Amino acid sequence: MVAKRDFVVRFAGEGGQGMVTASEALAAAAAQVGYHVMTFVTFPSQIMGGPTWSQCRISVTPALSNGDELDVLVAFNEEAYNVHKDELRDGGILIYDSEVFSIDDGGGDSINLVALPYQELGKSTGNPRAANMVILGAVAEFVNWPDKYLSDFNIKRFTRGRPNDAEVVSANEMGLQLGKQAATDSGFSLGELAVPNPPDYEQILIKGNDSLSTGAIAGEVELFVGYPISPATTILTFMEEHLKGEGKFVYQSSSEIESITAISGGGFAGKRSMTSTAGPGFSLMSEGLGMAWMMEIPIVVVDAQRGGPATGLPTKTEQSDLYMAMHPAHGDAQLPVIAPGTVEECFYAAMHALNWAERYQGPVVVLSDHMLTERTQNIRKPDPNLIPIERREVYTGSNGYQRYDGSSVSPMPIPGGPGAYVANASEHDGIGDTTHLPQRHVDGTDRRFNKLKTLEDSLYESRNTQHNIAVMPWGGQKGPTHEAYESLMEKGVDIAWYYTMFLSPLNPKLIKELQNKDLVIVPELNYLGQFASILRQHRINAVAITQYTGLPFKVQRLVSEITNMVEQHASESTKAGV
Amino acid sequence: MTKRNPEYDFKWCPGCGDFGVKRAIELTVKARTDELSIAMENNVIVAGIGCSGNLVHLTDGPQPFGFHGIHGRTLPVAFGVKSANPDLEVMVVAGDGDFLSIGAEHIGPQAKRNLDITCVIMDNGVYGLTKGQSSPTTQLGVVTSTTPGGKIEGEVKPFPLYLSLGVSFIASAFSSKPKEMAEMIREAMDYPGFSVVHIQSPCTTYNDTYEVLRGNAKKGIDPLTYDIPENHDASNIDAAFDLVNAPGLPLGVVYRAENPSPLNERFDGLDRKNDARDVHDLIEGFAIS
Repeated sequence: MVAKRDFVVRFAGEGGQGMVTASEALAAAAAQVGYHVMTFVTFPSQIMGGPTWSQCRISVTPALSNGDELDVLVAFNEEAYNVHKDELRDGGILIYDSEVFSIDDGGGDSINLVALPYQELGKSTGNPRAANMVILGAVAEFVNWPDKYLSDFNIKRFTRGRPNDAEVVSANEMGLQLGKQAATDSGFSLGELAVPNPPDYEQILIKGNDSLSTGAIAGEVELFVGYPISPATTILTFMEEHLKGEGKFVYQSSSEIESITAISGGGFAGKRSMTSTAGPGFSLMSEGLGMAWMMEIPIVVVDAQRGGPATGLPTKTEQSDLYMAMHPAHGDAQLPVIAPGTVEECFYAAMHALNWAERYQGPVVVLSDHMLTERTQNIRKPDPNLIPIERREVYTGSNGYQRYDGSSVSPMPIPGGPGAYVANASEHDGIGDTTHLPQRHVDGTDRRFNKLKTLEDSLYESRNTQHNIAVMPWGGQKGPTHEAYESLMEKGVDIAWYYTMFLSPLNPKLIKELQNKDLVIVPELNYLGQFASILRQHRINAVAITQYTGLPFKVQRLVSEITNMVEQHASESTKAGV
Repeated sequence: MTKRNPEYDFKWCPGCGDFGVKRAIELTVKARTDELSIAMENNVIVAGIGCSGNLVHLTDGPQPFGFHGIHGRTLPVAFGVKSANPDLEVMVVAGDGDFLSIGAEHIGPQAKRNLDITCVIMDNGVYGLTKGQSSPTTQLGVVTSTTPGGKIEGEVKPFPLYLSLGVSFIASAFSSKPKEMAEMIREAMDYPGFSVVHIQSPCTTYNDTYEVLRGNAKKGIDPLTYDIPENHDASNIDAAFDLVNAPGLPLGVVYRAENPSPLNERFDGLDRKNDARDVHDLIEGFAIS
C-alpha cells in the first residue's frame, strides 16, 4: 500500500476547550521530525466560548492550503460533530468524548467512530491537562507514527525548568500511551503516513503576524504606534515586546486616527514609522493616508484584512480591502500596496514596505489577511540580508531649500537639520506654503504620481508562460491556488501561472505579459472581483473567481472552476473561429 | 502675502487677533532659541486647520519646520514628532474649532502622556475660515450662519476642561495684551510638560468680542478680562478650578503642576534602550527544535 503523503486533522468545539493548543502541538511535533505543517484557526469574536475550530495539515511536501477534506475530526461537543462531520472524507475517523455526548445516528456508513473518553483518561494520568495528549496519542496511531515523534516533542516542550517538569512529562507520556491503546483497540487505521522528507535548508515555525513583525524589525522600523484590533493586534503586542533599543519607540495609541497621524509626525521627523490595523481602523486612517501622500512622508500601514464592510466578520478571512488599500483617500492618490501570499512572504513584505516608503517618500500599505495572520507554518528561515536596507535621501544643503520642487523624488529635510519647510496637506509651492495656482496643482499631482515609477522594478513569478490562459491569485489565496494549479497541470490543463505580492504599482513588464493572454483567471475572496477589475483597467482580460464565506478557497473548487473556464473559453474560441 | 512666498494668497482680516499671536510667537521663539542656543530648525510648529493654522506660513524671519496637516489632528502629529525626536521643540497652533471640536478627543490622552509640547490656542469663538459658523466656544444665543435663531446650546468652557483632563500647565492670555501673552508662551515653552496657552483672539469679521473682553467705560461695559491676582496658588488645582469657575475671564497662569512626569522619561525608565535583541536572535527564537 502506498503511504499517505498528507494528513489533515480538525479539532472543533467551544472556545477555551484546547482546540488551538492541540492543533499547534501536533504541528510543532510534526515539524520537529521534518514534516511540513500548516495550521488554520477560526473562532468567534469573544474571549471565551463560542464555536471554534483549528485545523492542522501535515505533509511530506510544503503545505500550500489547509486541506479540503478531513482525515480526522475531533469533536469536543455535539454541535461541533453536527457542523463538521460532512467535511470528513470517506473512511475518515471521528473522535469524540463518549462521556460528553453520544452519537445516536451512528455517524453514517462512511465515518469511523471512535468513542474516546479523553477527559476521564486525562484525569487518570494524575494531570487533567494530559487530555490533549490522549487525543494526540490516538491521532498519531491512526497514521502509524513511531512513538518517539510525540514522546520527544513532549519532553522538549514540557521540560521548562519548573519543579514539576518530570511529573507533567510523565503524565503526558501516560496520556499518549492511553490514546494509542484506544486507537489500536478501535481497529481503525488511515494507513501509514510517509516518512518525513526534511528540506535541506534551515526552517522556523512561525505565525504570519510574527513573521511580518520580525520582518519589520529586520527592516529597521524605529517608531511603531498601534491600536488593538483583530486580527492585527498581535503585531502591536509583538512590537511592544520586541521593538527595543536606542531611539526605538512603540506605543498603544487611543485610536487609529491617532496612530496614522502620529506615525506621520514620526516619518516627518525622520524615523522609519509604522502602524498596523484591520479594515475598520484602516477606514479611520483614510484622511491621514491622503495627508502623508500629499506631504510626501514615508510611513507603512499594515492592513490585516478581515471580513467587511463595517465591523463585518472580525475573525474571518476576506480579501475585500484591495480597492481601499490602493485608494484610501479622497482626491487623486494611489498608494503602493504589497500583499504577501505566504507566512514567509509576510517577513519580506514588511522589509520591502519600509524600503519602498523611504525610496518614494510616501505611505505604503501592506495588505495581509486573517488566514495569514493566525496560521502557524514551517518556513525557510528568513534572511534579512537578502533585502538591503534603503534609506530616504536626506537634504544636507543650506536653508532656503525648495523641498517640493522637481518632477519626482527629491531630498527630504529632517527637523533639526537644514532646509526648513512646511509639510503641507494643502496643495503647495516648493517650500510648502499653500498655493492655488493651477500649474502648481498640475506639477504637484504629476510629481506625486511620477514618484511611483521608482517602485516599478518589483519581482513577479511566472511559469509556463507559453499558454494563452493564465491563473493569477493574490495575497493569502496564493497557496490554495498554487495547489490547484499543480493539480491542473497534472491533469493536462495547460495554463500559465503568474503571481506577485507587489500589487501597486504593478511591474509594467508583468502588465505587458498579461495583456498578451486571452484570459487571466483571478481567484479572490471578495464579491466585487477587485483585483480582476484592477487588471481590466490595465486592458487585461481578467475574470475573477469570487468567494465571500469568510473562509479560504477549497482547492477542489478552484480545480473545477478553472477547468470549466478553460473549457468554456476553448469552445467560445472555436465558435468564433479562432 | 509675505516676501518669502509671493504665491501665498491667504490673508487675515484687518484687526484679527491672530496677528498679535503670530508676532508674540515669532519674538518668543527667536528670543528663546538665541538665549538657549537652540538652532531655529530644531523648532517644529504643528498647525491646525482654520484661520489660526495659517500662522505657520506667515511667520517672518528665520524659519522653523512646519507641519500643516488635517483638521483636528495637531496633537497626535505633535506626539509623533516629539516621540521620534525628543530633542525637538514642538509647538501646536490651533483654533477653538480645531482644538475643542473635531480635535477634542486628543486632549485627554495627550495630557496624560504629558510630553513637552506647547499648544497656543487662538480662540475667536467662531469658525472664521468657513465664514462664520458656530464653534464650541460660541456663547449661548449668539447668531451665526448655522445658528440663525441664536446658538441654542451652551458653550464649552476650555479651562475647566483642560483642568479635568489633566493638562499640566494652563495659561490664559488675550491678543490685545501682547507683552503678557508673550510671557505666557515663553513660560509654557520652558515648562517641561504638556502646556496650553489659551488666547482670546477675536474675529473682527464674524464674532467681534473686543469690547466685551476689554470693556468700554463710555458705554458702561466692564471688561470681562482681569489679571489673575498675585496670591493665586497656581500649583493648587482646587484653587485653579475656583478661579476659572468664577465670573469673568482671568488672564495669567491658571495652573502649573509641580513635577510633571513626561512620557519620554517614563518610557526611558523602562530601560528598553539597553534591551535590544539582534534580529537574527529574534528569528532564532522561532527555530524548530
